[in-house]
Amino acid sequence: MSEANGLNPSRRAFLRGGALLMAFTLMPVARRALADTEVDTLGTVVLAPDLPGSLRTNPYLDAWIRIGADGITVYTGKVELGTGVKTALLQIAAERLQVPASAINLLTADTALTPNEGYTAGSHSIFDSGTALYNAAAQVREMLVDAAARSWQIDAAQLSTRDGIIEGPNGERMAYADAVKHVDVHQYAKAQSPAMAAADFKLIGHNLPRLDIPAKVSGGAAFVQDMRLPGMLHARVIRPPRPGCTLQAFDAASIEALNGVVKVIRDGNYLAVVAGDEWQAIKAMRAGMESAKWSGGEAIPEAAGIHDLLKQLPSKRYPISNNGNPGGATETRFKARVTKQYLMHGSIGPSCAVAWFNDGVLTVWTHTQGVYPLRAGIAEMLRLPPDRVRCIHTEGSGCYGHNGADDAAADAALIAMRLPGTPVRVQWMREQENLWEPYSSAMVTEVDAGLSQGRLQDWNYELWTTPHNERIVNAGRLLPARLLAKPFTSAPSVPIAQPEGDGDRNAVPLYELGATRINMNFVTTMPFRTSAMRSLGAHINIFAIEAGIDELAIKAGLDPLALRLAHLSDPRARAVIERVRDEIGWPHKSSEPGAGIGFAFARYKNIMGYCALAVKLRVHPQTGEIRVDHVVTAVDVGQIVSPDGLRNQVEGGIVQSTSWTLYEKVAYDAGGIRSYDWSGYPILRFTQLPKKVDVHLLDQPGEPFLGAAEIVQGPMAAALGNAVSNATGRRWLNLPLTRSTQPA
Amino acid sequence: MSQITLTVNGAAQVLELEADMPLLYALRNHLNLNGAKYGCGLGQCGACTVIVDDQPVFACLTPCAGLEGKKIRTVESLGSAEKPGPLQAAFIDKQAAQCGYCIAGMLMRAQALLERDPHPDEQTIREHMAGNLCRCGTHLRIIEAIKQVAGHNGSRT
Repeated sequence: MSEANGLNPSRRAFLRGGALLMAFTLMPVARRALADTEVDTLGTVVLAPDLPGSLRTNPYLDAWIRIGADGITVYTGKVELGTGVKTALLQIAAERLQVPASAINLLTADTALTPNEGYTAGSHSIFDSGTALYNAAAQVREMLVDAAARSWQIDAAQLSTRDGIIEGPNGERMAYADAVKHVDVHQYAKAQSPAMAAADFKLIGHNLPRLDIPAKVSGGAAFVQDMRLPGMLHARVIRPPRPGCTLQAFDAASIEALNGVVKVIRDGNYLAVVAGDEWQAIKAMRAGMESAKWSGGEAIPEAAGIHDLLKQLPSKRYPISNNGNPGGATETRFKARVTKQYLMHGSIGPSCAVAWFNDGVLTVWTHTQGVYPLRAGIAEMLRLPPDRVRCIHTEGSGCYGHNGADDAAADAALIAMRLPGTPVRVQWMREQENLWEPYSSAMVTEVDAGLSQGRLQDWNYELWTTPHNERIVNAGRLLPARLLAKPFTSAPSVPIAQPEGDGDRNAVPLYELGATRINMNFVTTMPFRTSAMRSLGAHINIFAIEAGIDELAIKAGLDPLALRLAHLSDPRARAVIERVRDEIGWPHKSSEPGAGIGFAFARYKNIMGYCALAVKLRVHPQTGEIRVDHVVTAVDVGQIVSPDGLRNQVEGGIVQSTSWTLYEKVAYDAGGIRSYDWSGYPILRFTQLPKKVDVHLLDQPGEPFLGAAEIVQGPMAAALGNAVSNATGRRWLNLPLTRSTQPA
Repeated sequence: MSQITLTVNGAAQVLELEADMPLLYALRNHLNLNGAKYGCGLGQCGACTVIVDDQPVFACLTPCAGLEGKKIRTVESLGSAEKPGPLQAAFIDKQAAQCGYCIAGMLMRAQALLERDPHPDEQTIREHMAGNLCRCGTHLRIIEAIKQVAGHNGSRT
């Protein structure tokens, strides 16, 4: 892939000459030149570019592993978002330390304790932190064995380890906790780690039951929502009806007089109430909403014209891929516009945080994806030195990207600072989550592609999007900070560069093409705050690409799946496609009216996990209702760490993408957002679930970890679209795939 | 404030509550029970589902004042992390959770079905569970866990 150079110097990837992420291996070879991911948005500095995974940014071994009389502690800067990654990281560390998983205490992101690994996002956790632990744990174990060897004056090659004990050939035994006394773990990791054959793995590639599930099925204190600190008060926020409103009147005294109310906070347009009991806080919030009189507010467009509007708004054009010569006329062309609406993350539990300002230090328990960036944002907002703020990740409801987590943490911080010594818990109400979480951007893309003599020729693709990465790079990215009397302003929006991509994630087809002209128009002037949601632009880009391949094949009388294979040489890409082809019995033609089959493929970001997927469904001839009968997928994410964890992520991705693709759009008009609750933003329910889902895992023992959590979102959307076309003979290109969003 | 006696997980609890307080907040903040979760406050998501007598109920919508004399059960009544009850054990066995925020509500809705109909077929399970939302997409595993307790063997779909 070649890229136009220098057209937009703010995009660092271009300055690096469009260097693609180099493949790395689990063992010796370092991964280089990775920046501009959604992970290291802030605060991570590459100190050791030759080291693997997050050792690049946190090269000291004792940042990851500490062994003492109290046992083995393993640290990760990543967090558990409900994907099972904590258990998977534990498997990796235990495997390479050669101890039972139960011998390790694994701590996740905490600014006082763990490495700064930026954000837990972008399917990067196993890729970054897993790779770091894979290497760090093996190096620490080797150091311990060497120490025992020196102590016993025996060649280290004669020693073995079992369950945290080093054993010599003559019955010598030394516990790791004793060996570590002769070792300085505070040193840079080496580029080379001891090799281990995948066949010898006892934990990696095997299922370890998730650590967190027993508490979650039995009412244990599993979430930040469940925290109860001594003397803790409950707070609720009162938001304006829409962004940009000014508070004209508010009778704080009448709210303060309500039962149980401890404090009413007014700072510019920022309002909050604090009470001893949560229900009292909610009632005070409701009274406050009645009392507050607002004026002004940002204009909100009519939903019907949103895609035309996106094309008219000022934008910055980023060339993404400009390759080859378009050549002459082609036999078959596909020219179409594809659209997507604003989507919500839609966490089942509204965002929550607990904060406590005690002895000059503000501690915030938060379900943020990035404790270090959040700490920097909160410190700036409160004008505190960062070392006076500690952010501790505590699980919340699944977020699937940048939802209200950081903003709720900022709320708790602001409120707790006004109640020194008292812990404060704040949780958003459902309508606050729905109205104020950053959405996934509405997008429009235009495809113009040609096929001649069975070969894909020119591929022209233009997309318009608002930002997908409004992460916390300054205080102004925190919503509450914008409402204060002295408001903070959000930092300018910058898209994530290729190869990771932003709205342009997966905009470049992996297929071998004659020529590409691919551009992103990055729109930053919109009334809706948009940010990262699982797979970013890949959802619509893969949908558009796979619709185009399908249409070109059908018009030319070719089999769509065979056309894909004819333009892919990567054996792993071919393997997942061929597996799905064989499992579902492609080609397949149902005689049942309204029945259809669709196929899609993508490699996430063109550098991570592979996913091929086929869907069988039925479209009701009168109502247009879509029932998904069967989904078959094959995935390759490199060396699998937890087969069941991977399967769970893939199944979940299939179901969630089905919901996005068939049902979801944020409803709004000039009067404001209308998707206040689940009646205004319906998502998939049990009765709409695919009837049958088959997941095939193509393991690659010893190959690099590629990440799993987001690989399915695009292919599932695309296969649904292709199956609807197969079923109805009509190509629906407006998401969601409801009849009312398609041309008459 | 009113004195209200709630019978929760078999024990009578005398509580000083505001009479309009929904059951959810009494359970979470006055009885320190984490299972029922706040999700929407509108009876649309089911994260707060508990069993009252033998019916699944949205705790976020049900005022405490009307619940005296009724038997309230939360997920804590089914077992503990150390000694999970059969349905909890099935959820662990099937690893039927991702983030898990919805799961306690799922368990209680499913429990109510299994007490009424110990061997529901899959279609009945899907329809019965439709009142509860999951955003992670764990539905397929939740169904598998319920089917395990309902005595389905692996071949039945």
